[in-house]
Amino acid sequence: MKIYLDHAATTAVDKEVIKAMLPYFDDKFGNASSLHQFGQEAKEALEKSRETVAKLINADPREIIFTSGGTESDNWAIKKIAFTNEDKGNHIITSRIEHHAVLESCEFLGKNGFKVTYLPVDRYGRVNPEDVKKAITKSTVLVTIMHANNEIGTIEPIEEIGKICKEKGVYFHTDAVQTVGKVPIDVKKMNVDLLSCSSHKLYGPKGVGFLYVKKGTKIAPMIHGGGHEFCLRSGTENIAGIVGFAKACELAQRDMEKRVKHEKKLADRLIRGVSKIPESWLNGHPEKRLPGNTNFCFKYIEGESLILHLDDKGIAASTGSACSTKSLKPSHVLTAIGLSPVDAHGSLRLTLGKDNTEKEIDYVLDVLPKIVEDLRKISPLWGK
Amino acid sequence: MYSKKVMEHFRSPHNLGEMKDPDGIGKIGNPVCGDLMWVYIKVEKKNGKDILKDIKVKTFGCVAAIATSSMITDLAMGKTLEEAKKITRDNIASALEGLPPIKMHCSNLAADGLHKAIEDYEKKKTKV
Repeated sequence: MKIYLDHAATTAVDKEVIKAMLPYFDDKFGNASSLHQFGQEAKEALEKSRETVAKLINADPREIIFTSGGTESDNWAIKKIAFTNEDKGNHIITSRIEHHAVLESCEFLGKNGFKVTYLPVDRYGRVNPEDVKKAITKSTVLVTIMHANNEIGTIEPIEEIGKICKEKGVYFHTDAVQTVGKVPIDVKKMNVDLLSCSSHKLYGPKGVGFLYVKKGTKIAPMIHGGGHEFCLRSGTENIAGIVGFAKACELAQRDMEKRVKHEKKLADRLIRGVSKIPESWLNGHPEKRLPGNTNFCFKYIEGESLILHLDDKGIAASTGSACSTKSLKPSHVLTAIGLSPVDAHGSLRLTLGKDNTEKEIDYVLDVLPKIVEDLRKISPLWGK
Repeated sequence: MYSKKVMEHFRSPHNLGEMKDPDGIGKIGNPVCGDLMWVYIKVEKKNGKDILKDIKVKTFGCVAAIATSSMITDLAMGKTLEEAKKITRDNIASALEGLPPIKMHCSNLAADGLHKAIEDYEKKKTKV
């Protein structure tokens, strides 16, 4: 049996998406900048895709700039807003639980003349909008807070933070890599100026994403060159990828309600089942969380061992334990919500998708308690 | 990422668990870093020499931590204390057909744990 429960890491490309992409590798292979019909065919597909993607977040197509994915979009938004608006100030506000693409970009700016405020979060991982308000100074140029956290699934009060930034005249960026296509997004209602998205988290291909850049935003290009993407991100467009991404967005919009209901039902079943394991708990907010995200802690055991035993049983999962990373530090998100490093080592993230079934969840609930028990039996921390 | 041998020991570790009335205990590691090992030993005299009659390890940690715990018991069981003291981290890593570089340092604690357990035994013995 093979059960994939790591949808926050990546998803399988939807069959319909693949079908939509295929013609753009050979029959319709043109360069969208060419004047002949091959080029025009590609250009038409590009612009149609832009419209589809824009619709999903209630943006104007002109505000969607295709990129290589979430990391590029985050890097671009943060570094270029900072450098382009340096005359206004040198202060950036973010949170302690951001994705590394955001945190590392902010740290880079911190080493290059900018001041960065890293806001704390509560025990559920929520940023307090009042903290954002208090942190804004005359020299603040950008606030960047993620829409939902990739590890614990907590959804942030983006609308309120956006309102504050609008009032204060500060640019607001949100990393929405985990939320686009999964929860409704309206960039106008949310008052965001910039929003990052990645295709492969919503059943589209890897290597594609976009940055939403609100009309009138002062930002330098990500890549200079032939003037593609409104002179903001040059380079011949990845038409097949973009067409696939747009198809994935179209399906996400069409099926959103159904998917949310399905994932939530499975997640609830999983959470109920896991809660029977002694000395374990759910991380993140009990309600304000992504429908398909679950993140648990099991005391006295270590995550990597847990993940590999699950893998032996055919279950693909993820952990915030240091032993699974290159840094040897446990997850910055789990420590930011107040977990001790020891407890953070014992975390398990199971993220559900549209194709998971109740039977699969029951299988996990069947094998997981025994694995936890066996690891505890050999742990010096257990039963002390 | 891990060798076949590491995965073999991780999946069915040898001699992991608790020991009643051990002759020596060696505690090593730090749970904050994600690895903690307690090594228990039982010693008996054979032909005038102190022999490791039994070894058990309790481990909190990653795959490498569990595999090295298991491997130290294979390498040291039945050995004299003097022989066991000579077992190094590198001996364990080679017996496991290698460890990822990052794990060589943080999770390969079993040899040190065993040496501590022997030290503990010898200290207790001199007290008596």
